[in-house]
Amino acid sequence: MPTIRFLLADGAELAVEAESGRTLMETALENSVPGIIAECNGSAACATCHVVLPEDIMSALGPISEHENDMLDFAEAPREPGSRLSCQIRVSDALDNVSVRIPAA
Amino acid sequence: MSLDADHPAAAIPGNESSILIVGAGQAGLFTAEKLRANGFAGSLTLIGDEPDAPYQRPPLSKAYLLGELERDRLKLKAEDWYAKNRIALRLGTRVASIDRARQCVCLADGTMLAYDRLVLATGATARKLPQAISRGLAGIFTIRTLADIDALRPALETNGKLLVVGGGYIGLEIAAVARGLGMTVDVVEASDRPLARVASAETARAVEDLHRSRGVTFHLGKAVSELLGADRVTGARLGDGTIIAADVVVAGIGGMPQTTLAAEAGFAIDNGIAADAYGRTGDPFIWAAGDCANFSLPGGGLRMESVGNAIDSADLVARNIMGARQPYKPKPWFWSDQFDLKLQIAGLSRPGDTVVVRQGAGSGRSHWYYREGQFVAVDGLNAPRDYLIGKRLLAVSASPDPAQVADPVLALEALASSK
Repeated sequence: MPTIRFLLADGAELAVEAESGRTLMETALENSVPGIIAECNGSAACATCHVVLPEDIMSALGPISEHENDMLDFAEAPREPGSRLSCQIRVSDALDNVSVRIPAA
Repeated sequence: MSLDADHPAAAIPGNESSILIVGAGQAGLFTAEKLRANGFAGSLTLIGDEPDAPYQRPPLSKAYLLGELERDRLKLKAEDWYAKNRIALRLGTRVASIDRARQCVCLADGTMLAYDRLVLATGATARKLPQAISRGLAGIFTIRTLADIDALRPALETNGKLLVVGGGYIGLEIAAVARGLGMTVDVVEASDRPLARVASAETARAVEDLHRSRGVTFHLGKAVSELLGADRVTGARLGDGTIIAADVVVAGIGGMPQTTLAAEAGFAIDNGIAADAYGRTGDPFIWAAGDCANFSLPGGGLRMESVGNAIDSADLVARNIMGARQPYKPKPWFWSDQFDLKLQIAGLSRPGDTVVVRQGAGSGRSHWYYREGQFVAVDGLNAPRDYLIGKRLLAVSASPDPAQVADPVLALEALASSK
């Protein structure tokens, strides 16, 4: 099982074991990761599961849909090069030990 | 808060205290989570009448019904989360009564559970067709719980005929799923348009057009007088005599707040369990959150059936139980997925609001609502940027110039700094 390292807005790190196949957002919710609200349950409708990933792993995660791209432009926290909606990312070994930062809103 | 600071119910519950939450939906679960996050260290029990641990409802009528989301992934928390957070989860458990004088609830099996604070997060139930119409026939479904969907799913077969009674969000989402499965779909709606009570005429028209273009047949301004069939439903007779063939009927005719328990305990019921702006009911030891609660706010009573309200009001109640003393400042928002349309709504529009249409470059567009010159709501139809900018403006009570909103050439970013 990949280990995901959530970097919280207050600087703390929360490392959790994640099940491959679930989304990053589901993993965060199950582990009560502060800052991931996910009001729309993974429908990419709310942008309250915004995370920032290291840029070098972005290409391993597959393309961003136009809808997600638009949502990220106006998410609560400003968009960064590594910004994604965590509900649109499936956990895989590519994310093992990767730091997933929760941007400060 | 009107409660005196030295009233026992105003004290912050400590290690020795017990909090019971009735209702294990998203509002109940989130209240429990937020109580722990706000430092509540006492005993915490979450009681739900469904057999399943807290799960997400919105995907039921969308991705889960389509088979795109596995059952296991609907769960809001992993199994061990409850023990880790010292939350006693009692599933398949119905609360029979509340004894307010003795501060305990009585479960259906006779067990008594004492509380220092009680949270009612009993949710809503799907309204069923009257017996005179449904006649006890098989093949009639409502949409609310996982069990409802598990029962409905096998009945949705390619080439089957689905009749949806009610043109609200649930009905239209089911209609879209069923068309996607290759079924014939008829929607009967008593109003002259779908989404009559829950969306503007402009948005409703766009949604209706989409459904028609995908082969859904609407029967507007009509009501079902009787479902037909001997044992299983075979069709419906409408008030005007029209006969519609159907082998599956879904009633999407609204939700009703679950208030029986509260009513029997003597609470005021007015379109839900009456709560003040802090989420407190008429009993200072008892709070209400989510679909079942009708909050008394400066603009009038507010009861909403939405995930946003479940989360926000649960957060409010948990914080206020722990002494925050903050009034509810709802930020209503909704979404719906139908065919390739993602509808996102922020704010509450009303009939009579002025509507400004912003046409996007592609298929997307947004509807902006003004009341007495003030921007009050936005609907994004495949227009996530418009929606998010509108939502952000609503949060700060800003009101963009309608002429600018309507100008498709003007970049949206220019609106983001409106006052």
